[in-house]
Amino acid sequence: MPVDAAAVQDQVVRAAHAMGVDEVEAILSTSNQALTRFANNAIHQNVAELSSILSVRARIDGRTARASTNRLDPHAIRDVVEQAIAITRLTEPDEESLPMAEPAEYRAVDRWSEPTAQVTPHERARAVAEAIRAVESAGQTAAGIYSTDATEYTLMNSRGVRAGYRETMARFSITAMADGSSGWAKASACDHRDINPLDLALSAARKTTQSAAPRELPAGRYTVILEPAAVLDLAGQMFGDFSATAITDGRSFLNDRIGKQIFGANITIHDDAWHPLQSGAPFDGEGVPRKRLTLVENGVVREITYCRQAAAKAGVAPTGHGFPLPNEYGEAPANIVIAGGDSSVEKMIASTERGILVTRLWYIREVDPYEKIFTGMTRDGTFLVEGGQVTAGVRNFRFNQGLMEMLSNVEALSPAVRTSGEETFDMVVPAMLIRDFNFTEVTRF
Amino acid sequence: MKDLSLRALDAVTRGGVTYADVRAIDTRDREVTTKNGKAGHVSSSESQGVGIRVLAFGCWGFAATSDVSRQGVEAAAALAIEIARAGTLAKKHDVVLAPEEKYEATWVSPCAIDPFTIPVDRNLATLLAVDAELRRDAAISLAEASMHFTRERQVFVSTIGSLIDQTRTTSGAGFSALCYKDGEIQKRSYPNSFGGQFQLKGYELIDELDLASHAPRIAEEAIALHSADQCPEGTFDLIVDSSQLGLQIHESIGHPIELDRVLGTEANYAGMSFLTLDQLRRLRYGSDIVNVVCDARVEHGPGLGTFAFDDEGVPAQQTDIIRAGEFTGYMTSRETAAAVGEARSNGCMRADGWARLPLIRMTNVSLKPGEQSLDEVFGADHAIYMQTNRSWSIDDKRYNFQFGCEIAWEMRGGKRVRMLKNPSYSGISTEFWNACAAIAGREHWTLWGVPNCGKGQPEQVMGTGHGASPSRFRNIKIGGAYAG
Repeated sequence: MPVDAAAVQDQVVRAAHAMGVDEVEAILSTSNQALTRFANNAIHQNVAELSSILSVRARIDGRTARASTNRLDPHAIRDVVEQAIAITRLTEPDEESLPMAEPAEYRAVDRWSEPTAQVTPHERARAVAEAIRAVESAGQTAAGIYSTDATEYTLMNSRGVRAGYRETMARFSITAMADGSSGWAKASACDHRDINPLDLALSAARKTTQSAAPRELPAGRYTVILEPAAVLDLAGQMFGDFSATAITDGRSFLNDRIGKQIFGANITIHDDAWHPLQSGAPFDGEGVPRKRLTLVENGVVREITYCRQAAAKAGVAPTGHGFPLPNEYGEAPANIVIAGGDSSVEKMIASTERGILVTRLWYIREVDPYEKIFTGMTRDGTFLVEGGQVTAGVRNFRFNQGLMEMLSNVEALSPAVRTSGEETFDMVVPAMLIRDFNFTEVTRF
Repeated sequence: MKDLSLRALDAVTRGGVTYADVRAIDTRDREVTTKNGKAGHVSSSESQGVGIRVLAFGCWGFAATSDVSRQGVEAAAALAIEIARAGTLAKKHDVVLAPEEKYEATWVSPCAIDPFTIPVDRNLATLLAVDAELRRDAAISLAEASMHFTRERQVFVSTIGSLIDQTRTTSGAGFSALCYKDGEIQKRSYPNSFGGQFQLKGYELIDELDLASHAPRIAEEAIALHSADQCPEGTFDLIVDSSQLGLQIHESIGHPIELDRVLGTEANYAGMSFLTLDQLRRLRYGSDIVNVVCDARVEHGPGLGTFAFDDEGVPAQQTDIIRAGEFTGYMTSRETAAAVGEARSNGCMRADGWARLPLIRMTNVSLKPGEQSLDEVFGADHAIYMQTNRSWSIDDKRYNFQFGCEIAWEMRGGKRVRMLKNPSYSGISTEFWNACAAIAGREHWTLWGVPNCGKGQPEQVMGTGHGASPSRFRNIKIGGAYAG
């Protein structure tokens, strides 16, 4: 379903103008998403979705509101403009509301792979079948997904902003299961050829074999080796707080902590839309170009994100991290890169006298918003390390762990890699060796 | 929409299928929020599309499109069949469906006041009045209030010959007050956290919630929590309010009884279940007073899981899940019912809009009212009473859970003796329900809506209903979230 974004957006501006409104923004996104899902060593859910969404925001006398539709015929476009204008007129004015963004230059990124956009159901099924065979031949049962998506996104406004971005994304995730144990592996990439489903299947199967007949250990403080997916899903929970609006609201743990050392000196974190392992657009929800930020330098909080309104209030320049307006949240980092080190999971294991190796974490929820304590479970590959070797699988633990304490106790980092989990968006993060991680309970498996 | 559905069904059946169903859906949505005296997110959206599910070559295929032109629908139909054919590359056995009757029906959910006839400025005026009450004390750094309305019309047709036209209207509203001071964040919400209460109702729900009258107490409690004592760590009797108990039901009963999880089809993402098939009619899930049903019928109440037919054309039903403490039933689909010896699905297949295929989802999974008075529930010598969820987490087989709440009270002889902050409790699902000692009666029972239940890949978000009344549990581990 080819869509002429420029023509659609031109219709939006003309319709708004005919209704007496000159300040209007249109976001058009089209996506073609397909996912092959497997379980019990067979494909069981296999889906595809083709969709478009046109979202229109009007601004009238300090008021703003948004209306959206997935119909793109001229009548529907006029209707959605009319709706946006109607609800904008009924909303309350905001004296801090800014005129829409001005045009800007965007440093280009290339995250489109035509072969990935063209992957067929049969190609996905063949890769899945091969992965299943690898797990099945180990006497185990496989479940997982292989997805390929192609998304195009354009944002324009009546002040001249024209921002366009397109991206392909492939994801492969697999869980291998046997009686009493399981293992997991996942990868994502803009080009599906950068993912090796068979390698991921073999890795998951190895973990399942290694964690057979898991032992039950008591809860308590342990040295842990968090593989990158575990680091991602836990550390990744805090980045919404690196937001000027969140700090003004009093909901950020960075209130009264900017400029202070809150993590260990070996923790440095950037927000970098141009990192070669990153994905996503080089501009924000208002069309402001993203800036590369140093969020944390050697454990000290240095920079936070500002949308245009928060930046105007603070008297600084916006960082290009605002969400589409109107919204209550303001802004947040979108392209996290946690700097790595020169260790590796293998070296961390070899250096650990007694500890726990964690493949992934699950159902992570915030316990305390200011101390940044999170709870959650280990899952799909939790191991006892003794004398520098993995010696057994262990039953899964519940943790209650403060992130400031955790990131102050990091003893080694691997190089950072693009990592995909299930609890937050993809980031570039290392594996970490951490002392005194707080496991508070043990479950039954 | 009927024409669109039939056109899509015709296109797909011409391709040669064992079975097919089509859902043409038209959704309308409005969200209005306020924050610290200003309008926040004010938006409306509409979405139309068609989802085509086929069973061909023994495999499922599904394709969805928002391009409802003849060409677009035919392309989606062809793609659904191509996807099913691709599934044969990794097939163990042909999918077989439990038989189902053919239905022709039109159903519209009860809705006294159409929320879309209420202008946005009236929505904002109501929320801003709440906001003003919340911010009377400058200690409240963040006041947020919201309303959310949806209307979804779905026309379902299938090769069995069913033609089912359903329209569901849901409404939701709530607010919260957050206080940051002295290196601590405390928050209170009404009538529930994470958006408030959601039901299958029209604007009458907003009137019933009487939001503004509760705002002063909620703001006062958010501030008072800063000077409250920390919830102690130890083993205590626990009294849980009905909204928190609704979420406890959702996590420790609702998800484990999804038969697709039990059979392994969610293993890679949502996980599996401790309720293996050998547990059916054998497991003591709860104490003798625990009775739980899964009930999508209108008679159960205006829940987010109330409908006339599920998304594979099976009528709404009530299933006993726990009867006098014994585990008696799962939630099933046409594909899975036979695995537990049932001849027919109990109607729990639901999809998140036109672009997603149906999965087994909770409808209304509710704890039936008990026979105790509120005085009997609260009448323990010593207990901790917790209100309003703050955090929730459970393992991927649904054994070990931990919940945090916004506020708690130490109770002695049925009286509140002190406020407690940062309360949490944890345990093992079956041990918790077997510790249930008292359940308040029908007059204290509320059907809560959980609007954001996630499951499936690609992820689907579903609204579920959970009826509960305040209940007491013996010897529960409390305070573990801050232990160590």
